[in-house]
Amino acid sequence: MSNADIALMAHLMRRAGFGASRDELEQRAARGYESVVEDLLIPGASNVMPDDLIRRFHVDMAEMRELNSAGAYWLYRMVTTDNPLEEKMALFWHSLFATGYSKLNQARSLMNQIDTFRRHSMGSFQTMLVELSRDPAMIIWLDNNDNHMGDINENYGRELLELFSMGIGNYTEDDVKECARAFTGWTLGNAEYMSTRASRDSIWPYSRIAWHFEYRDQDHDDGQKTFLGHTGNFNGEDIIDIIVQQDATARFVSTRLFQFFAADQVDSEGEAVIDEMVASYFASNYEIRSVLRTLFNSAYFKSEKARFARVKGPVELVVGAVRMAGTYQEPTFGADQLARYTMYMGQGIFQPPSVEGWHEGAEWIDSGALVERVNFVGKELGNPSNPGVKSLIDRMSASVEGPLSAEAQVDACADLLGPIELSDSTRQSLSEFAGEQGAADLRDGVRTEADDQRIANLLRLLTATREYQLA
Amino acid sequence: MTTTNSNRSLFVIQLAGANDPLNTVVPYNDGHYYDYRPNVGIPSDQVIPIDGRFGFNPNMAPMKALWDEGKVAIVNGIGYPNPNRSHFRSMDIWHTCEPEKIATEGWLGRVIRDLDPRGQNVITGVNFGRGLPRSMGAPGVPVASVGNLETYGLFPDVEEERIRGLCLDAFGKMYGGTIQDAVMDYLGQTGRDALKGADILRTAPENYSSTIEYADNPISQALKNAAQVMTADLGTRIYYTQHGSFDTHGDEVKVQGGLWNQVSGAVSDFMADLDEHGKSDDAVVLIWTEFGRRIRDNGSGTDHGSGGTAFIIGNQVNGGFYGEYPSLAERDQLDGDLHFNNDFRSTYSTIAERWLGLDPVSIVNGQFEQWDFIRN
Repeated sequence: MSNADIALMAHLMRRAGFGASRDELEQRAARGYESVVEDLLIPGASNVMPDDLIRRFHVDMAEMRELNSAGAYWLYRMVTTDNPLEEKMALFWHSLFATGYSKLNQARSLMNQIDTFRRHSMGSFQTMLVELSRDPAMIIWLDNNDNHMGDINENYGRELLELFSMGIGNYTEDDVKECARAFTGWTLGNAEYMSTRASRDSIWPYSRIAWHFEYRDQDHDDGQKTFLGHTGNFNGEDIIDIIVQQDATARFVSTRLFQFFAADQVDSEGEAVIDEMVASYFASNYEIRSVLRTLFNSAYFKSEKARFARVKGPVELVVGAVRMAGTYQEPTFGADQLARYTMYMGQGIFQPPSVEGWHEGAEWIDSGALVERVNFVGKELGNPSNPGVKSLIDRMSASVEGPLSAEAQVDACADLLGPIELSDSTRQSLSEFAGEQGAADLRDGVRTEADDQRIANLLRLLTATREYQLA
Repeated sequence: MTTTNSNRSLFVIQLAGANDPLNTVVPYNDGHYYDYRPNVGIPSDQVIPIDGRFGFNPNMAPMKALWDEGKVAIVNGIGYPNPNRSHFRSMDIWHTCEPEKIATEGWLGRVIRDLDPRGQNVITGVNFGRGLPRSMGAPGVPVASVGNLETYGLFPDVEEERIRGLCLDAFGKMYGGTIQDAVMDYLGQTGRDALKGADILRTAPENYSSTIEYADNPISQALKNAAQVMTADLGTRIYYTQHGSFDTHGDEVKVQGGLWNQVSGAVSDFMADLDEHGKSDDAVVLIWTEFGRRIRDNGSGTDHGSGGTAFIIGNQVNGGFYGEYPSLAERDQLDGDLHFNNDFRSTYSTIAERWLGLDPVSIVNGQFEQWDFIRN
């Protein structure tokens, strides 16, 4: 197995997952790149810790209506899953169909929404949009419970076209109105009772009862509508059927997937990949799995060009560091801190700043967020007693024949953390640090805790680099 | 527009969880109050009387002393149209000054940008707490978020001082090299800003001494840190912190009283500290909360309501009541809540223009009538 194979597998796992240890990379690379892509696209049953165990042992996560408990629960799934692409895709849909706790006051309903995203994450985009339109959290978030026959509320109808499927410029204001009409009657079960509750129960205005979808035929405007040039007595499903046939929709979804998985910026070569993704979208009857397969197997995705071409989002960064450090594998108090940390870094789970989702790429970084990133990851990977760090140092130890030079320490750490490509000046600064803090000798019999601590110090500093901020 | 005094600073304290106005400034001669608050009322013989109608919560003696010195303006009945009883949504509205749509830019972020348009000082705005309060968030506006000033900065959990020093040196070098890439350049600039902010802020506690002994609670420690930064003359103008939780659905009298005991004591110590350092003429404190609470108690606490109370405190403040204290009579209520009678953006506008010398319209998203609580 060549270093190039490992580097490519590391790239795939950073993007289609949350990074991987060297052991995992070697096992996966041995199966061959395209087989691994298929493993990721068609995962088996999820191995995550069952809900009842999480709730029994994680007292801090047990109140699933609470924001940080629910956020921690999802982060815990990301940290422990063997199907990382499934969780990565749920995160993608959460970023795209950004629904916020601020209006709902009910995290359980948001977790149910994420379950829906997970269930349909790589299936038909048409099914996904229908399920999204029936999702109770989305109905409240974008006011479709106020969208009535003869008295439309355009909010959901508009965002479905603008932010969730086609993008601005591909439809008219009349299309928005007709779309909203088609979704009249798509509301919540027991809406009147809930609104009475809401006025009396100020702690959980929408929550003490389970939400579910209800279609009310008597509140649905069944009249004739003209939408994107088609005319008929359309209901919501008919509208979605027309939406998914649009080239604009295929391009919109493909572009968002490209930016989430391949590169923050789309250049002309990227446009060519998106063209292929659009073709797969139509050839597969709108199947997201096929679109992703085309992307992951494209020459562009595998090329040097796509390497480190994205800024890691806070959730990716936190989950990646925790998985690499091997922490939070067993039930532990304080896991809800993970949810708080992603918020300190600017990506509170279930707290998108608006329905547009987070501004990604370089906009993840500001001085406060950078300090939080560096300090959090440094604490995880700078501690030699964390299991993942220990096994990483053990691995280095197994192959040494003498005291490691400063440069050799840097190269070995950068290799096992990624491999991460370092600029010459970064490598130089890290080597100076390694030289000044003192020699590390990892040979069996000579190796002491102090040697391990020095390597861990170097790992900490490596995760503080600019290079480490990129995926 | 008023000329800007470039030392004038604003200290914002957010009472997280929504403070109950009725048990803060108590209408102790209003029979309605005791009718609606059979369990969660403050007995009239316990309040600290302000006048024949109102009295402070018994835990607010230090605040009363500041009031007697004419340094406390209280804005009663503060709120916004169509009150929202969700903490998050209502906080967002106060943070962003956008009651109708969901916005992302904070009003203090815009204040910081207007005070320092070229971003010359990376610590024009400092938050004492974790994360970035939405009030302070705006694209391209650096804000330092300080959990604890003594340990603030990069690599706080590296115990060995020598190693931490080496880490910081290396970080400076690694973020200093020029790399021909826009994202890498931006990362470099941001890292250097973070390092510089931490370097500057770290000097504050070193040069500080005071006879004031702050209490050992988070709000006192945050205001002590703020005083340390203020007295170090680092050019910081906007300070932010929060304290709570005031979300007293249960056990309100004890919990809210304890919190006000801490807040009043902290503010009073802070003002005395600034006095001792000759800085108190340059400081205005704003205390706000996202909404009030229900008029009728729920047996041991109060649920979410509307119509709140804000405080503006400082030597340069015209003390007194502003805004009408909302009537508790049933016909005057808003769905069981105090009816707000003045927009919070009036208070913000007053501070932005009359205290900080800025054009308030772009900061609060509109033109609002101003108060006279800032001395000319």
